[in-house]
Amino acid sequence: MAEAEENNKTLNELADKEYKYGFYTDIELDTAPKGLSEDIIRFISAKKNEPDFMLEFRLKAYRHWLTLKEPEWAHVNYQKIDYQDVIYYAAPKKQPKYESIDEVDPELLETFAKLGIPLDEQKVLAGVAVDAVIDSVSVKTTFQSTLAEKGIIFCSFSEAVQNHPELIKEYMGSVVPYTDNYFAALNSAVFTDGSFCYIPKGVRCPLELSTYFRINAANTGQFERTLIVAEEGSYVSYMEGCTAPIRDENQLHAAIVEIISHKDAEVKYSTVQNWWPGNKDGKGGVYNFVTKRGICKGENSKISWTQVETGSAVTWKYPSVVLMGDNSSGEFYSVAVTNNYQQADTGTKMIHLGKNTKSTIISKGISAGFSNNSYRGLVKTTKNAINARNFSQCDSLLLGDKCGAHTFPYIEVGNKSSIVEHEATTSKISEDQLFYCLQRGIDMGSAIGLIVNGYAKDVLSKLPMEFAVEAQKLLSISLEGSVG
Amino acid sequence: MLKIKDLNVSINGKQILKNFNIEVNKGEVHAIMGPNGSGKSTLAAVIAGRDIFTVDSGEILYNGKDLLDMPPDLRAREGVFLGFQYPVEIPGVSMVNFMRTAINEKRKHFGLEPLTGAEFLKLMEEKKKVVDIQAKLTNRSVNEGFSGGEKKKNEIFQMAMLEPKLAILDETDSGLDIDALKVVANGVNALKKPDNATVVITHYQRLLDYIVPDFVHVLYEGRIVKSGTKELALELEEKGYEWIKNEVK
Repeated sequence: MAEAEENNKTLNELADKEYKYGFYTDIELDTAPKGLSEDIIRFISAKKNEPDFMLEFRLKAYRHWLTLKEPEWAHVNYQKIDYQDVIYYAAPKKQPKYESIDEVDPELLETFAKLGIPLDEQKVLAGVAVDAVIDSVSVKTTFQSTLAEKGIIFCSFSEAVQNHPELIKEYMGSVVPYTDNYFAALNSAVFTDGSFCYIPKGVRCPLELSTYFRINAANTGQFERTLIVAEEGSYVSYMEGCTAPIRDENQLHAAIVEIISHKDAEVKYSTVQNWWPGNKDGKGGVYNFVTKRGICKGENSKISWTQVETGSAVTWKYPSVVLMGDNSSGEFYSVAVTNNYQQADTGTKMIHLGKNTKSTIISKGISAGFSNNSYRGLVKTTKNAINARNFSQCDSLLLGDKCGAHTFPYIEVGNKSSIVEHEATTSKISEDQLFYCLQRGIDMGSAIGLIVNGYAKDVLSKLPMEFAVEAQKLLSISLEGSVG
Repeated sequence: MLKIKDLNVSINGKQILKNFNIEVNKGEVHAIMGPNGSGKSTLAAVIAGRDIFTVDSGEILYNGKDLLDMPPDLRAREGVFLGFQYPVEIPGVSMVNFMRTAINEKRKHFGLEPLTGAEFLKLMEEKKKVVDIQAKLTNRSVNEGFSGGEKKKNEIFQMAMLEPKLAILDETDSGLDIDALKVVANGVNALKKPDNATVVITHYQRLLDYIVPDFVHVLYEGRIVKSGTKELALELEEKGYEWIKNEVK
């Protein structure tokens, strides 16, 4: 009894845990009026000085979006968004183009400092090039010259539209068409910036490419778009991480990530997601409605998604792989933590089209507080996907007795030679494990951190080293005080 | 060092320890023996602070401090160590990470800087020798896939690392073959110092061939019914617990 009470007490303490990155930087904005219309879309496109094909793409997406209804099948509840009450464009007024970091707005640098983003030469030593996105416009892109030597393009989406329109035209919307879903259509109509990455044939990208996103203006929806193209025989590891400041109103975040992996190419995409989850009563927080998909287009190609999800009030996210090339492989490794009143409906889709295609899914859900954490995954093998193989493992860990864990696996097998395996477990953090740690002098918070990180180890070990360390800290911070 | 006065402990309304008393001084080794269900493991758990048990009355003083007033992690940092009868597995948590966290929390408690990675690994190498642990054990997850003997050795290894003032070893001998028993006992003996104390809880006399106690207590139905020196253990081995049961009647 006493132990249970104690647990509840610390569960409550967990709920009291304030968002660590809650601060707000005041930067002059060049802002579109609230609301969404063809005029707003033309405004965005004109602001960004876009070629005609982009405007047409946006308008087609917008007109399609008008015919769609917001989806309701996910296991999440939230107040419906008033799309006319959102600002779709906000950018720092002076278009910053800096040679040196000294020229960057000091207030902005302070923001980065608070976030712990070392936007300097040290990153090169650590093997990381950073393309930092604040609000909608890329502020600073580093190390492009190092990458340029290898013919690698790593720049903001806007720059790519200006400088490499032929690549954008060829690949944008080829994996996630604007007709794909409600939020994909919305993003396609109004996206303001994002990242573009192109690895030429036979090139192994020497750096971990890293992008930090950040929502930073009140009432501004953030619609990024990321496009990664890996040509034949190339390799790239891409990292995305984000934090957001405290805000009273809900913020909409509907991103699109598209990956194209050609013959013998490999793309690793890692995410640490820490958007503001709302306060302990479930007020505020980011709505994260993301469409992430990659296509293994050529033979022997590979795409791997690794994600550590700790933030957002509502998450709706299924990084997927279409396995088109024969012998191609897709991987999905995920740790999703929900706490307080957070809701996550996340998982993956592995669509096997080619012969001998392989996919692996490892999903670790951790629920605390009053939160709900769902895994939703589709494994599909078509008629032609001879000898397709899938292995899925979905584990759920519950901290406390007021949270929920749900698993919705969908399996569609289209031929007799495919093998699809699914394993699932649900467990509670054990009192015996906690007491063992306590008896060695480890306090409750650290004990939970240790046990949870141990539980998530199979996924964390897939992250690039530097990211893994951050992710471990983040897991511990997110669950501090969650069991008593 | 440890003074337990008129301790009454129950679980779900069932009384387990009844007016239990004991006093353990620095440098002493005490053995607590008793038949199954006599309350031995409960005693160990209550000293360590497991809160599934209810302390109805009585007090536990540790170096003059009220132990019952301290949460279990604080007791541990203050030098109370429990060698578990059934050490739990913690998947994915390496022994290195686990012990380093434990040691550094203890150091923090005493205002010391945390050990660096190199210092810690050196300490670990040194202490592994105490219980003859092969290098690999320390890189594995805590107790995961360990044999019964390895788990018990691991408990003594942790004791060596943490250097407790008061170690309670709960049936550390159970499930050990004679070689493992010797290793564990030698480990405990090697860690004995004038300023620490050990309470060995056991069902069998066997362990006491290797760990020689200064005092032997027989626990029966929640209280100590007989105390003596190591000869008592031998007498008990010879006559069996029936002897005690009959004497109590």
